[in-house]
Amino acid sequence: MSKSRVVYTEISPSEFFYRNRDLAGFTNPSRALYSAVRELIENSLDACELFQILPEIYIRISALNDLQPDPKPYVIKVKDNGPGVDPKYVPNAFGKIFFGSKFLLRQSRGIFGMGGTMAILYGQITTNKPVIVSTSSDGKTIHTFELFINIQDNTPNIVRKAQHPANGETGTSVEITLEGDFQRASLKIYEYLRQTAMVAPYANITFMDPQGFITIFQRATQIMPKPPQETLPHPYGIDVEALKRMLRQSKQDTMLKFMYKNFHRVGKRIARKFLEYANIDLNRSPKSLNDDEIVSFVEALHNYNGFLQPDASCLSPIGEEILAAGINKELKPEFIAVTTRPPSAYSGFPFIVEIGLAYGGKVLQPGLKLFRFANRIPLLYDEANDISWKVIHEEVDWKRYKIPSDAPLAIITHICSTKVPYKTVGKEYLADRPEIERELKNGIREVLRRLSSYLSKKGSMEMIKRKINIYEKYLPLIAQFSTELSGAKRLPQYKKLIGKIG
Amino acid sequence: MNHEKHTPIKISRKKEEVKQQLKKLGMMIYQSLNNGIFPEVIFPSRSVRNIVYNEELKQYVLGQSMVRRSSQNIKHIRPFTQLIWLASFVNKLINEGKTSTLRDVFYSSQAYGIDFTDQDESDEMITDLEVLLGRAREDFNVYPEERSAIFGDLTIEYTVPGYEGKRLNLASHPDGYLIGPSLSTAEFIDTSAEMVIAVEKGGLFTRFVEENIPKRYKALIIDTAGQPPRSTRYMLRRLNQELNLPVYILTDGDVYGEHIAMVIISGSANAAHLRELTVPSAKWIGIWGSDIIEYKLPSVRLTEADIKRIYELKKDPRYKGGIWQRELDVFLEIKRKSELEAFSKYGLTTITDKYLPKKLSEIKSF
Repeated sequence: MSKSRVVYTEISPSEFFYRNRDLAGFTNPSRALYSAVRELIENSLDACELFQILPEIYIRISALNDLQPDPKPYVIKVKDNGPGVDPKYVPNAFGKIFFGSKFLLRQSRGIFGMGGTMAILYGQITTNKPVIVSTSSDGKTIHTFELFINIQDNTPNIVRKAQHPANGETGTSVEITLEGDFQRASLKIYEYLRQTAMVAPYANITFMDPQGFITIFQRATQIMPKPPQETLPHPYGIDVEALKRMLRQSKQDTMLKFMYKNFHRVGKRIARKFLEYANIDLNRSPKSLNDDEIVSFVEALHNYNGFLQPDASCLSPIGEEILAAGINKELKPEFIAVTTRPPSAYSGFPFIVEIGLAYGGKVLQPGLKLFRFANRIPLLYDEANDISWKVIHEEVDWKRYKIPSDAPLAIITHICSTKVPYKTVGKEYLADRPEIERELKNGIREVLRRLSSYLSKKGSMEMIKRKINIYEKYLPLIAQFSTELSGAKRLPQYKKLIGKIG
Repeated sequence: MNHEKHTPIKISRKKEEVKQQLKKLGMMIYQSLNNGIFPEVIFPSRSVRNIVYNEELKQYVLGQSMVRRSSQNIKHIRPFTQLIWLASFVNKLINEGKTSTLRDVFYSSQAYGIDFTDQDESDEMITDLEVLLGRAREDFNVYPEERSAIFGDLTIEYTVPGYEGKRLNLASHPDGYLIGPSLSTAEFIDTSAEMVIAVEKGGLFTRFVEENIPKRYKALIIDTAGQPPRSTRYMLRRLNQELNLPVYILTDGDVYGEHIAMVIISGSANAAHLRELTVPSAKWIGIWGSDIIEYKLPSVRLTEADIKRIYELKKDPRYKGGIWQRELDVFLEIKRKSELEAFSKYGLTTITDKYLPKKLSEIKSF
């Protein structure tokens, strides 16, 4: 597993906040518990998926003191069978903020373990307990670290280190103690796990809650989505701050080289044409641009229409087969329809929309339930502000599909992108991008059409069955009465008529 | 009397015709089934829009629009089966010389699991069969429960089983004879009567017998018991057509009485599919609105419902012109109505001794 192409790069604290300004989620003990669980699980799943390992995730939440009322300290332990972390990176990866492996643009659940580090930090602040990380990347040795983040100088402070034999298994286990409120958070946590299981049906997820109840979300397929590829940013997707950083860090000595080395789908020809358009000397040093020049350069990047559309090969949709397996597993519907839309792009970011529909069965209640996912993360809050909600409730003409309003129905929307356009901090709902809206609309319409034709076929099958029953009752009577009336000796051959029904 | 007119084989011939029609219907359906075709029947629609007034016949008739009841149509299969069941049911009635009431039909269907929801539905089905065969239900031995009565010198001969050939004079019993299935199917043999007087009420019918009206006027009297049932209208028509007897109608002096007379003469919209139930030459002799004034009859005020009914009938094509509009207008003008019994104020026999002869002579001089 050490063949990892992951690049560890140190970035500055200001950048950390800049890049992750959208991330909150540690606002109160209940939300903090939920967010910490979520971040740790997502890190584990991301790691397994990147290395194409069928995930085995074990989650345990236990109270330090059962008798104390909420909020109180909880120990969260999340263990995976992923690639593990090289022990020499562990102190920096877990004991220092702003140490990332997700620097380049790649579709992933979150921006590098920042969420995870945040959880560690939150735990440390509220309970003054170290994080315990045990990991094996070679399958031979498990390295265990207990460490604090030294907040002032941003360095890991290792309090204990140990080694055990790994017995051939790789993976990472992270244990955080933080103040949480399980009673309040439990519904969301269970819902999060269920929905995660729905879009990651290739994972085995085991959860033990503070009362000791164990819930197992069993793997339903061996197929995993292809891992996402890293990609350079597309010129349309760059803002001033990002460009500044790129220029500062650039290893190229000319703007021409800078352009064609650092941007997605920009070659020498396009780079030259663009720089002419932007009125910038091809041979200028990237580091020589002043702030005003950077601002107008970004404007030029956004206004130039000679760039190629981003390609979506870097994206990793769930795929129709896997999504269908997940929906089947968690919702056990009577009818299922799944579609993966062709790739599209907004503001230089490629994205793919996937839509699933489940109808009937024993799990779904009457009425429409919406399940929203972005880069395979379940979105559980602020449903009514989301673009999927808007499309379903305002853009789709339900009358066309003749689906009863109380039909037990679930619609699953998944948007994967190198950048998911969250509307606000908290990453819970998506902004109205016309490009995304169009793909959602087309996808939802398609699955509704399929349900509609299923229902009408089912309806006509039931109709025929009912009809045959009725005819089997009445035709013999008609035969009998007409025989009596006509004075014929035996009944007419009426049975062939039953075969004609339909 | 012109006795040549009467045709003793008419009743039995009619039964034979009905039997043939039913058999034909059965064979048509039997053949369809045998040929793998969903059987269907087509008959004139009885929807309100298809009931039109025929100026020539002076009665309501069914128009051109037809309904198709196909066993292929899932919505039709039950009524279709009920219709065929009904046909086979009445076929048995005819073959066994039995009769049935509307209510009987309703209950009999239940033996086959093709129950009618209520009697209205089974009555509708009987009407459908009437339309399909172009025959009144009495022709296939189904009678309503209400019975009216007849009295007078008319000798009939029964055709019902057990009584075939047996004769009876209808003046033999002072309470009169029920116009039921046996009388409806009896042949007319002989009569000395020269007219028929139909009265709306049993009380007056009895008075007429007591006052010897049948003998004094050479009349057959019939109690219509309100709006006459079809068997009674059919009897009136036979007396008029087969024995050439003029028919006079005596009702209460109100809009409902006038309408009883009208239905006897011109038929009802409900029976627009049937032709042989009217007596176009019958005459309504009273009580007219104008009689209430002329005879100073005790009267009561018209109710709202009475007035509403008058306005309805004023628009009815059957009421066009003649005494019909005139008397409706009189009722409206005086806003009063009188019953036949009102004459009793001037003595029990005033109606028989004074009013009746006067009206009869007036009408004949028309």
